[in-house]
Amino acid sequence: MKYADEFRDREKAQILLREIRQLADSIEITKKRPLNIMEVCGGHTHSIFRYGLEGMLPPSIELIHGPGCPVCVLPMGRVDDCVAIAERPGMIFTTFGDAMRVPGSKKSLLQAKAAGADVRMVYSPLDALALARKHPDQDVVFFALGFETTMPATAFTILQAEAEGITNFSIFCNHITIVPTVKAILDSPDLQLDGFLGPGHVSMVIGNSPYAFIADYYKRPMVVAGFEPLDVLQSIWMVLKQIVEKRAEVENQYARIVPEHGNPPALEAIGKVYELRDFFEWRGLGSIDHSGVRLKEAYARFDAEKRYALPNISIADPSSCQCGEVLKGVLKPWQCKVFGTACTPETPVGALMVSSEGACAAYYQYGGITRQSPADADMVV
Amino acid sequence: MCLGIPGQIVQIDDHVRKLATVDVSGVRRQVNIACIVNEEHSVESCVGDWVLVHVGFAMSRINEKEAAETLKILIEMGEAQAEMDAMRMSARR
Ligand code: SF4
Repeated sequence: MKYADEFRDREKAQILLREIRQLADSIEITKKRPLNIMEVCGGHTHSIFRYGLEGMLPPSIELIHGPGCPVCVLPMGRVDDCVAIAERPGMIFTTFGDAMRVPGSKKSLLQAKAAGADVRMVYSPLDALALARKHPDQDVVFFALGFETTMPATAFTILQAEAEGITNFSIFCNHITIVPTVKAILDSPDLQLDGFLGPGHVSMVIGNSPYAFIADYYKRPMVVAGFEPLDVLQSIWMVLKQIVEKRAEVENQYARIVPEHGNPPALEAIGKVYELRDFFEWRGLGSIDHSGVRLKEAYARFDAEKRYALPNISIADPSSCQCGEVLKGVLKPWQCKVFGTACTPETPVGALMVSSEGACAAYYQYGGITRQSPADADMVV
Repeated sequence: MCLGIPGQIVQIDDHVRKLATVDVSGVRRQVNIACIVNEEHSVESCVGDWVLVHVGFAMSRINEKEAAETLKILIEMGEAQAEMDAMRMSARR
């Protein structure tokens, strides 16, 4: 009840919820099993838990919290590589604050900092470049991560470094791309998905056309959604409407931010500096073909992977960790064996507990730590 | 990082490098505006624009009302504070 009062337009939310219930009831499948709708973006996950949206939906709709939190899917081996770079003498290692506490196999960046490495939090890759200008006698590495939302920022920063002829700056590129990942999830036999909420801010950069295969080939509805609670509800409504009308299309609920063809200058910068990797390792999901990017050969001097010898070892997640199952939506966060006991935001075992966009941390923060489904809680509008 | 934060462009700092100062609820810092500039919208005409800022880059123009609503939601979600702290920490070096 308490979160519903904060809705931008409470009445509209109630009308939407009523219509969602009616639509869900009219869908044949819901007599046998709930409809599974995956929100791909961590921002949606955060919003869904923050506003208790799961509990407001009828039990015939299950929200599956997808892999769209870049911090949460960082594999341990990559964190170890970060620590190895950060511990080099004379190095200034820069990172977004979110990535500081992601556990590596031995330590996190925060622990490396405590042990004496020069690890600095920056708000923007531009700040990392500014540090390189300020300390010409030291090497500065920026830990680049994120989906297409932050990819252009790193690309423009590289182009700027090139234009200025800065030689002591490089990036450790961990940018990942959403489309192959959604495809891998659709191909996974574990999971029956009926529709998707598409990532708003990734789409702001890439537009809607890259998702066409979801509708055309997999015949699933995809609605690119804003992250406000009403946006999420309206997008769920749009997905259901497609299912009822037996359509599978890519629709844009977030047109106020997402242009049909994305952002041309951002796409141009992306195309200039990055190329697809053959595969990239995801925490919990394993290796996914073409799901990551690296710098093109022309920018090799800005590539920390080429400049420094890295351990580059793939390390299995701890056996107690069930992040993979949660990421694929097979388990709910509270069903993980260590949820709320060994694994909490203060002492994360898995990365889903680190960022507020991770399903486990979001559920821990807003859903209470008792192992109960939010549907049991009194959160109905 | 992924949600961004709305702010208003208050001045152009560097025309060539497309850098401008943005005001995010009183916190000012320099951002890159390359993604919101095009043939119809010159660097100069960005002053006064409300924009969604992601990690130091203005990624999208938005209207003022939208900016206010988005900020309200980000505050409720506890995202605004973290974002603004990070901005403040590294603002205007
Ligand atoms: S509770 Fe911790 S270990 Fe379990 S899935 Fe969530 S983040 Fe992973």
